[in-house]
Amino acid sequence: MWGRIFNLVLKEFLQMRRDRQARFRLIIPPLIQMIIFGYAATFEVYHVSTTVLDLDHSQESRELIARFADSGRFEIVETARNPAEIRRAIDRANAVVAIVIQAGFAEELRKGVSAPAQIIVDGTNSNTALIALTYVNQIVAAYAEEMAQDLSRRLHPARPPPPTVTLEPRPWYNVDYNSRWFFVPGVIATLTLVMVVNLTSFAIVREREVGTLEQIMVTPIRPIEFILGKMIPFFFVGLALTVVIAGVGTLWFQIPFVGNPFVLLLGTTLYLFSVLGIGLLISTVCLTQQQAFATNFFVINPAFILSGFSFPIASMPVFMQWLSSINPMSYYLVVIRGTFLKGVGLDVLWPQMLALAVLGLALLGLSVLRFRKSLD
Amino acid sequence: MSLRRIKAIAKKEIIQVWRDPRSLMVVLLMPLMQMALLGYGVNLDIKHVPICVFDREGSQQSQALMKAFQASLYFRIVETERDYGAVKRAIDGGRCKMAVVIPPDFSQDLAATNSASVQAILDATDDNTANIALGYAQAVVASYSGNVQLERTQSLGQPPSAIPAVAQYRVWFNEDLVSRDFIMPGVVALVLALVGAQLTSLTISREWERGTMEVLVSTPVTRMELMTGKILPYFFIGLLDATLCLVIAVFWFETPFRGAITTLFVTTSLFLIVVLGLGYFISASIRSQVGASQIALVVTLLPTTLLSGFAFPIEQMPPAIQGLTFLVPARYYFSILKSVFLKGSGLADLVAPIVLLALYATIIGLLAARAFRKTLG
Repeated sequence: MWGRIFNLVLKEFLQMRRDRQARFRLIIPPLIQMIIFGYAATFEVYHVSTTVLDLDHSQESRELIARFADSGRFEIVETARNPAEIRRAIDRANAVVAIVIQAGFAEELRKGVSAPAQIIVDGTNSNTALIALTYVNQIVAAYAEEMAQDLSRRLHPARPPPPTVTLEPRPWYNVDYNSRWFFVPGVIATLTLVMVVNLTSFAIVREREVGTLEQIMVTPIRPIEFILGKMIPFFFVGLALTVVIAGVGTLWFQIPFVGNPFVLLLGTTLYLFSVLGIGLLISTVCLTQQQAFATNFFVINPAFILSGFSFPIASMPVFMQWLSSINPMSYYLVVIRGTFLKGVGLDVLWPQMLALAVLGLALLGLSVLRFRKSLD
Repeated sequence: MSLRRIKAIAKKEIIQVWRDPRSLMVVLLMPLMQMALLGYGVNLDIKHVPICVFDREGSQQSQALMKAFQASLYFRIVETERDYGAVKRAIDGGRCKMAVVIPPDFSQDLAATNSASVQAILDATDDNTANIALGYAQAVVASYSGNVQLERTQSLGQPPSAIPAVAQYRVWFNEDLVSRDFIMPGVVALVLALVGAQLTSLTISREWERGTMEVLVSTPVTRMELMTGKILPYFFIGLLDATLCLVIAVFWFETPFRGAITTLFVTTSLFLIVVLGLGYFISASIRSQVGASQIALVVTLLPTTLLSGFAFPIEQMPPAIQGLTFLVPARYYFSILKSVFLKGSGLADLVAPIVLLALYATIIGLLAARAFRKTLG
């Protein structure tokens, strides 16, 4: 049995070695994608274009506006002279945020009456708007706090300051809220899925199309041997690709790796089994490359969307959450992010590892069964 | 240009599409599946963030703060911890996204120094969720702090002091910050880009694979006529798909639509011409059908998802990547759709993206027409 498998593996490697162009096609596009998507995928919010309408022209109003600009989160791109200009700036998307300070702001502040600063936010991009609002809140609250202390010292020097409770954030694993640390491991998982599924599914279908599959069928090889013989070379190719992409991605974007590399290796191996299983299963169902291509698309795209790559699984409807629980990528993302950023080990990741192993076995077993059928 | 020849090519193409019901199914099923998948699956709204609490004091005051978190719609207390080890395990294991830790001398500090702080430990691996959860937590603590102040001034018989400066927000165009309302126009752009490029990516390579290229080359048809005739039928299929997607977006997912249908029609037609032209260009450059549809997928799926601005804001990307986004036609169409849907913008407001899209259509059209050569070599 092992001799036949070995022969098949040898054949695959020989085939790969002869096709220089294919090797180039295999490695260059994922690397380019890694770099571009690593840069593009970010939810961080800096330099939000902001327009200002200051009708108070006081020291206080200027101080508040300066705090927005100094935070680095907002960039004053325009100074409006009337509300119509604010409207136009937001309508034309020249500004996402507008700060309006009415006349009498400073006077009310000095009197100790609540003075409002109006903030208008273009909510079309809901996520950017939400995060920008959080920063608005922080800036205005800090300003108000100082004003309150100042005021109570001036008005009632004897009275102690009003009691305040503050929240001290302690962001673990990613102190600067760096989006790239979250997304680069995700891009690695995505590219592995896309590459390996395409690679494996096309391999068998091509043999079927060219007619070499029939030649293999007349040899005494058994379905399980055939599947293993196909799987082993693609496993190593997939592993090599993942290592190269992960290496380049981590070094280029300086993503920290705090975990145990062997835990990640185990997770990656199990993930590759599942992904290979998907590819092999598709190849046993499809007769032509055209069909394989369409099927790949219908499988890869939902796997990507329902993985938690950027859209939290917890926010999805129950049915979609159920689908994501049979998606190997959603488990692998937990493993890769957990090992890269959190440094957690098998004691935490064993449920994901187990799920990946079960999915891998099920998919590979299914493709052996299907393959046997397709021979009859 | 001969109208008769264009008509003949278009007719032949329609017959071919009609005889291949499976690809027709893909054309209609793909948008349906994509709309359902993305419409339900893509959601950035963060509510009921699972959190754990570790109250090291257990006083009435600390319990009141915990209750404030419990009452918030944005949080769901899933665990109550007794030590830091348990907090660490809960966050490591991903069961909680945030842990609220109240120090042992919380109410004492508040009484003695008039200031006390509470810790929020955040799982910042997902920086976006962490950031948003922190914003909500700060609001909960600020309102709690306000209550404490109010109680104090009341107990001392003083008049309540006002908070000196407050931010009054008004959110325009998407008042409740529903992420789906923002994402649906992007989904429509993505689906049309995918389907459009796929549709035409097969037209020329099919002639090669079926061996009909020789016949085609021997006819008097010119490049421009061939391209027009080949694209025309798919343009109508594309419009059908667009209508399907837009109807699903508006009526099924209830995306607010504030603009005019005519604006939508004009811009959608323009976008379809671009993506169909792109598919034709690929088809004319690559001889195998599988190769052509693969390239068409590569240039539409991930670039449209990641670089058109619907998943990640373009303004936040580095300048070089921002430059790249100009090559993604969905970038223009998405900014148009977003404005038409949510802002109710008309053609006059959208001059810039429309001109750029028209320019894109012209360039792609010229390239695509040139890519087809009437030789067999």
